[in-house]
Amino acid sequence: MSTKQPDKAGAPLQPAATRPASIPQPRGAQPPAPASQMSQQTLLRVVAKMAIPFILVFGVYVILHGELGPGGGFQGGVILAAGFILYGLVFGSDELRKRIPPKIIDSCMALGALLYACVGLVSMLRGGTFLDYGILTNGTASGNEALGMSLVEYGVGLTVCSVMITIYIQISERRATVRLEERGL
Amino acid sequence: MDWFPEFFRPHLPVLVVILPLFGGLLAPFTALIRRGGGIFAWLWTALITAAVFVCATVLLYDVHTGGEAITYRLGSWPEQYGIGYTVDSLNAYVIFVVALIAFLATIYAKDSVIDEIVIDRHHLFYTVWMLAIAGLLGITVTGDTFNIYVLLEISSLTVYTLIAMGGERDRRALVASLKYLVLGSIGATFILLGIGYLLMLTGTLNMADMHAKLVEMHQAGELAGNKTVMVSFAFLMVGLSLKMALFPLHLWLPNAYTYAPSSVSALVASTATKVGVYMTFRFVFTIYGGGVFDSGEDLHFLALCASAGIVVSSFSAIRQVNVKRVLAYSSVGQIAYIVLGFSLANQDGVTASVIHIFNHAVIKGGMFMAIGAVALRMGGTSVDDIKGIGKRMPLTAAAFTVGGCGLIGVPLTAGFVSKWYLVVGTMQEGYWYLAFVVLLGGVLALIYVWRLIEMIWFHEPVDPDKEVEEAPLSMLIPMWILIGASVFFGVNASWTADSAAAAARLLLAGGM
Repeated sequence: MSTKQPDKAGAPLQPAATRPASIPQPRGAQPPAPASQMSQQTLLRVVAKMAIPFILVFGVYVILHGELGPGGGFQGGVILAAGFILYGLVFGSDELRKRIPPKIIDSCMALGALLYACVGLVSMLRGGTFLDYGILTNGTASGNEALGMSLVEYGVGLTVCSVMITIYIQISERRATVRLEERGL
Repeated sequence: MDWFPEFFRPHLPVLVVILPLFGGLLAPFTALIRRGGGIFAWLWTALITAAVFVCATVLLYDVHTGGEAITYRLGSWPEQYGIGYTVDSLNAYVIFVVALIAFLATIYAKDSVIDEIVIDRHHLFYTVWMLAIAGLLGITVTGDTFNIYVLLEISSLTVYTLIAMGGERDRRALVASLKYLVLGSIGATFILLGIGYLLMLTGTLNMADMHAKLVEMHQAGELAGNKTVMVSFAFLMVGLSLKMALFPLHLWLPNAYTYAPSSVSALVASTATKVGVYMTFRFVFTIYGGGVFDSGEDLHFLALCASAGIVVSSFSAIRQVNVKRVLAYSSVGQIAYIVLGFSLANQDGVTASVIHIFNHAVIKGGMFMAIGAVALRMGGTSVDDIKGIGKRMPLTAAAFTVGGCGLIGVPLTAGFVSKWYLVVGTMQEGYWYLAFVVLLGGVLALIYVWRLIEMIWFHEPVDPDKEVEEAPLSMLIPMWILIGASVFFGVNASWTADSAAAAARLLLAGGM
């Protein structure tokens, strides 16, 4: 029988040096958010910082080649958002909000859909019907079709990406409900 | 209507959808001018909805003078492959109603939104507001069944959000909105399944095409005992009944209407369920009608639900202590009248349904506006809050009273015209017991409306010392336009009756 029984508290077996510095905390103080703990792990930080640029480039690639290959605005937008969300998971959503302020994300949500709608509007103003790609510019019909489709996909990508990031930020906001109660509502 | 720019005239069917769509997408940027958009967000919304109303009016005029349906092909694709918008005398009429209510509700919303929504969210409120209008108008204008589903999701999701915005006043709005979300999503899924089965059967998504294929199959004898067509009809009916709050499936409605912000109640109560009814018309008559089924007996079940709904919801309305809840239960009853009308599948019955879409929209819109004004001045909508407002807010109280008379169906109000057609329709089929249910509904409405009118005019206020002034003009004007319309079209019903009769002829063109 082993004599190395874990102690009563069942503390994890790890060297004291790697534990977070044990600063005595006042009773009832909030434990640090899981996200901030994650940013202290070297491995996660390094891998995330290396992976994020590749994720973003891949997302842009999927959006840009949507009309030719598999993928498109929606899929690319989700991949792009995954890069930002990974950043938010590792470094905390406050840090993410500092990098891309909610104001910009909100505007991007509307701008993407506007780009889509404007393609339709331009073709309407040029004498066709709404979303009639064929007469978007003076060039050939097939070229216009490709242009219209691509622009629409870019719009979709922008909107999907910013909506995904917004959803992440909204559900990671831990104090949202507390704030409402503090305001007496 | 020659003043309308010639360039945009052929684009009218799509303009009524993309105007509020663009408006909604641009509305968030009013926050750049002032925090939360403030007055600019409202001004922009009023401008857009006014333009939509003008377009809807010209569209209605064009359809009536042209005499035939206007078709618009998105992206110039033929309807079989792309999306075709088709406007005939039925949906031109519904588009006009929705656009009118949307415009007036926007004017009305100015003061009520300042009072009820947190100041830095006004631009978002109006964004969602306009997207909801775009969705509702889109459902009405499109001739493509899958497009109906997509726009239904747009309008439903935005309406859930609008109702949840009442959560800043009363947290119960969040629960009401969630309940509506769950039930509404189930309804939308059922509609999608129904459309899917239809696609499987006919290989097309365009309504006119679907109908032609079904008639072809019926003549070839392939539809008799065909399970797919039965299942699709069943899924569609359950989904649509959920969306328009037909009696056993109405449970989401009372709380949603009660806890929503006042302006949202006025908009949603008079447009969302009406658009649900319009969809039902399209599926029942345009797709399955006119020679697909041998008889209209499948609709008898709807008549049963509707009759039960009229009686049960009226009894529920009598017992409520919140005035908005009384109006919400009354809406369930009024939807049941509309369903009862078209389930008869005869000219007068369907006319009654179509005419009541307009009449109920103006009456209930006006009454929700009146109770919203009370909420603004008194801070609540319970029966205690309306006690004695006859002396304090005479114009609002009078509007509420006239609207109440319309609900009962007093002669010289619009409600009377609808009930007249409905009773004539039931008697033509020999269903005297349905006529009795309609009249019983009127008596029950008298009880729940009189209870409120008595409190408004004859009770003493709960706190007599409180200083209360009349509602602002921006609320009174839209309120009285709607209530005035309900009286005008009760006295001179020729315009509504003619439009409704034309729409009913169109729906019943091929017989049932």
